[in-house]
Amino acid sequence: MPSVPASSSETAAPAWRVVGTRPVRPDGVDKVTGRALYGADLSLPGMLTGRVLRSPLAHARIKKIDTSAARALPGVRAVVTSADLPRAADRIEDLGEGAINLRYLSDNLLAGEKVLYHGHAIAAVAATSASIAEQALALIRVDYEPLAPVMTVTEALKPDAPLLLADLHTDRMGQRDAAPSNVASHLRHERGKLEEGFRKAALIIDRRFRTETVHQGYIEPQAATAQVQADGQVTIWSSTQGIFAVRSQVAEVLGLPVSQIKVVPTEIGGGFGGKISVYLEPLAVLLSRHAGFLPVRLVMSRTEVLTSTGPTSGSDIRIRIGADAEGRLTAMQAELYYEAGAYPGSPVGAAAVVSFAPYACDTMRVDGYDVVVNRPRASAYRAPGGTNVAFAVESVIDELAESLDLDPIEMRLINAVREGDRRPDNLPLSKIGYVECLQALRQSDHYRTPLTGRHRGRGVACGYWGNWGGQSSATAVLNSDGSVGFNVASTDIGGSRASLAMQLAESLGIDYSQVKPRIGDTDSVSYNDVTGGSRTTFATGWAAYELGQKLSAELRQRLALLWEVPVDTVTRQGDGFAAGEKRVGFAEAARLACEDAPLMVSTTVHPKGYGAAFSVQCADVEVDPDTGKVTVLRYTIVQDAGKAVHPSYVEGQMQGGVAQGIGWALNEEYVYNEKGELLNGSLLDYRMPTACDLPMIDTVIVEVPNPGHPYGVRGVGEVNIIPPAGTLANAIHRATGVRLTALPMSPPRVLAALWDKSGYSPFA
Amino acid sequence: MRKKSVLEFTLNGETRAVLCEPQQTLLEVLRDELRLTGTKEGCSNGNCGACNVLLDGVLVNSCLILALEVQGRTLLTVEGLARSDGTLHPLQQAFLDHAALQCGICTPGFLLSAKALLDEHPLPTESQVRFWLAGNLCRCTGYDKIVRAVLDVARTQAAQPPSVSATPV
Amino acid sequence: MQAFDYHPVSTVNEALALLAREGAGARLLNGGTDLLAQLKEGRRSANHVIDIKRIPELSEVRELQDGGIWLGAAVTCRTLSHHAVWRERFPGLHDATHLIGGVQIQGRATVVGNLCNASPAADSIPALIVHRVQVCIAGPSGLRRVPVEGFCTAPGRTVLLPGEVVVALEVPPPPAEFGAAYLRFIPRNEMDIAVAGAAVAVELGGEGSRFQSVRVALGAVGPTPLAVDAIGARLAGRPVAEVSLDEIASLARAAARPISDLRGTLAQRRHLAGVLTVRALRVAIDRARRSVTPPPLSPPL
Repeated sequence: MPSVPASSSETAAPAWRVVGTRPVRPDGVDKVTGRALYGADLSLPGMLTGRVLRSPLAHARIKKIDTSAARALPGVRAVVTSADLPRAADRIEDLGEGAINLRYLSDNLLAGEKVLYHGHAIAAVAATSASIAEQALALIRVDYEPLAPVMTVTEALKPDAPLLLADLHTDRMGQRDAAPSNVASHLRHERGKLEEGFRKAALIIDRRFRTETVHQGYIEPQAATAQVQADGQVTIWSSTQGIFAVRSQVAEVLGLPVSQIKVVPTEIGGGFGGKISVYLEPLAVLLSRHAGFLPVRLVMSRTEVLTSTGPTSGSDIRIRIGADAEGRLTAMQAELYYEAGAYPGSPVGAAAVVSFAPYACDTMRVDGYDVVVNRPRASAYRAPGGTNVAFAVESVIDELAESLDLDPIEMRLINAVREGDRRPDNLPLSKIGYVECLQALRQSDHYRTPLTGRHRGRGVACGYWGNWGGQSSATAVLNSDGSVGFNVASTDIGGSRASLAMQLAESLGIDYSQVKPRIGDTDSVSYNDVTGGSRTTFATGWAAYELGQKLSAELRQRLALLWEVPVDTVTRQGDGFAAGEKRVGFAEAARLACEDAPLMVSTTVHPKGYGAAFSVQCADVEVDPDTGKVTVLRYTIVQDAGKAVHPSYVEGQMQGGVAQGIGWALNEEYVYNEKGELLNGSLLDYRMPTACDLPMIDTVIVEVPNPGHPYGVRGVGEVNIIPPAGTLANAIHRATGVRLTALPMSPPRVLAALWDKSGYSPFA
Repeated sequence: MRKKSVLEFTLNGETRAVLCEPQQTLLEVLRDELRLTGTKEGCSNGNCGACNVLLDGVLVNSCLILALEVQGRTLLTVEGLARSDGTLHPLQQAFLDHAALQCGICTPGFLLSAKALLDEHPLPTESQVRFWLAGNLCRCTGYDKIVRAVLDVARTQAAQPPSVSATPV
Repeated sequence: MQAFDYHPVSTVNEALALLAREGAGARLLNGGTDLLAQLKEGRRSANHVIDIKRIPELSEVRELQDGGIWLGAAVTCRTLSHHAVWRERFPGLHDATHLIGGVQIQGRATVVGNLCNASPAADSIPALIVHRVQVCIAGPSGLRRVPVEGFCTAPGRTVLLPGEVVVALEVPPPPAEFGAAYLRFIPRNEMDIAVAGAAVAVELGGEGSRFQSVRVALGAVGPTPLAVDAIGARLAGRPVAEVSLDEIASLARAAARPISDLRGTLAQRRHLAGVLTVRALRVAIDRARRSVTPPPLSPPL
């Protein structure tokens, strides 16, 4: 293997043979040769092409939809609207990264009475070619009664604001308000006496922040294909983070039993939380059913991805924090208003937990509000809700540290949570590596190297993410040559075939190359939660570990029978098994064991000991005072991985999350006009970072083993996106003397802040 | 529907003929008619690089070219990068060794851009690599490992005597 | 994309005949990086697409006897990036044609296409203006020439009449002690449309000490790229050492007529017009001096 200079590990040599090494991923060759099949690559005999008609208006009542001309067009095989959807139950379904009310999910698939955002789906068409399908869309007539759009928290909270959902009443921790509102819910976490805490403070900083809507930005647009058979059996091919989540959503919104639905995963071109909710799958099923049971494929355009699939929430945030003269925090208060988009379900709940989680403070109050606005329904995006609130909190902590003349790492060490300390929701933290991360950053070459040069600054911020366990199941088949077929149903979105196979190989004591992982469909493997919540390498990894243990035990059992010895005398020796004089290598053991009957084991797990993750980050920036452009010069991430199973992919997660965070911090945002039309629905104008916009991103993997996992693993995928916006805001402040309180910190915003300070005007 | 025309061109070293409609892009013909789905569609308007191919050795977005424009010309797609005996192109191997892909959807486009770069600048600087890859968006990796993989191939090849090209183009 | 007929013509006359026959339903296809994107998005329509890239002379870059360049309409930016004379003698143009799109766009995109697309933010047009480039237009009644400066009339609109084809650009030879530069501002470092752009060309005298003439053009701060004559008028004949950069920036800002849109704000664009003009002026002066003497050290911008 090549050396990877970007990373340094904080621990001594690994205690394991496979875990901690960097083998090539099993699906690698397929993916570098173009053979891997993603959602849009699927082709079936007789397949029709589907297209979706989307609302040009942000908020309107649908008076009438006339599809007759479209249906009459030669080549059109089916047209569906919300009239073809059964009325979905008003019931909350938890999909792993956020709960969804199924009625809203149904309305989001095809608008019923109202369209609630620019890009809201209204009808779908299946035709014999793409161009016919597109012509058919143009023939569908929709009569609208336009309504005033409600685009932001501020607008939504106005007393006379138009209501998006007539039946939405604010839920206040179980109490339902009488009057309808655009505020779906209000939650509060509280401990201690807030104002008493603030009275103890030598310094109180109270600031307001705004963050804009951003998108996950996966490079593969959503794609789904469905085929309904005459007997009602449904097969769906989907590029999804969770085949079982697709199955349950389709079953619910279409009123089908899950036994009638098989979901087959394709390779997936990124998701980051955005490929959990379904958009196309139920439409493909309806179209196939209406089109004489021909298969129908739907693939989104990039514009559809941006206008119509889950971005994550914009937010208005107030943070008020007090500290004593030594830097100890005396009271912390947060008010979080998160834009849910058209239907309730912003990640404000997770944000409320993330908010002050890194800080040990007895006195805090966090209020969270879930607010509907005429934007696409928010869906999960990597550590949902975390980046917004951490940007605000980490900016205020930095301001406190600076005012108290404390080093920003020292400030965080003084207040750092440790095992047993409580999160804002009062749940205690298990063993964590936060302090170790802070110390590692302080000792890093980056932090110890002074930054010089004009208009340059260094910023530090931290982030907490709780991670998740969830349910996983897997099977392992022992082949007579000693190799193991390994069937899982966790979507491999970035190398988990490798990290899972490695844990099975480690557990069974065989070479990684002998494990052949395969991602199964919903009929071939038992239930698995989505690939999300940083859970796969942790929880499905645990299943892999158990499979190894079970196979090993079964092998010993069978060898004991063959050798006519007690099973406890059969032990692992070298790469094989031994009992007294008898000794066999693993492959020979497998051949012997399978002579009489095949050997297969299965397991299901629901581990609860998912350890929390912390990431501490440091950035050096240079700000061009004439243009407001921020250049990231150097970036270091320190993160506790518990145990890095495949360090290269752990580094990749860290670097990727930070790259997304940098984009979010500096340039990404949804730009709407006053009518609520999205203006930048392309990858030209929705500005994700290019290779020219980022430096090499250094990684330091801290390994404080998670006691809740056999190899000490904790989730690593999400926490890294939480600190970048705060890190960069603090660096920009040190470079320029101005604090930016709104994301993105784009050139016009930076310029405006600099001009506010200097009094310059381009019109003078 | 307009009259279909026969498009003849050299694809990954082989002469191919395919019927296509005038408004079909090269990307559509590759994917839908020739079933070569290694070339990916990420945006369809030249902003993501997932559909990059080499046309007469020049890096282009196949979504912004009409298929009929390549009449008589020579095209290399990701399917033509490895040798016919299956040996991976050094860039393909380096992407695997460096874990330079996560989801992999952008990888074919990056490989073609990197090949175009190394064909023209066998020993590029880091900033040259970043410039040549700037038209390829990757949302998973932050580019770090991709840039390292390309630099590694350049250094390795510079240290070795020139050998026969692994690709037919 | 809507259906159309595709015509790969091999002579200019063929193209003209097709345009005459098909009228408004015909579109010229050059590099295609704008046209195909626009056809896909429904921003333009076409029944006939006339591909002019196979007309041999349109792919030529001819070095003229007087030191100028005849640039065929189908020459790609990539070809120009590899053209030593273009790079060295037409620096302002090279700056612009080297940064249109990314590498893969460069492989297709043409300068003439960038001009005819007539975007207010087109990178090449300000540079073409300060280099005093002429547009050669073939039409039903023969060949005519117009200065680039007057070519664009509104966003997406030009002086081209129905049935006309731009066949080439004529770039005049640079005078002695000439330097030019084009700079743009984009939020990312690649793959963006200019929020603002500025091209400056200077002709110095007195061994680099005096402005003979100065031409400035701005991009993305008006409905078309703007020639800013006020700066040339202010600087012509004056010693370089006496120039007030604040005054130049102020003149550039005053000439800008920007709007706010998804890519930038009015205030930002007005400000950038000044910043970029001053920066481009410094580079242009530097290059002009280098054209007669060894390169002087330039102060940091």
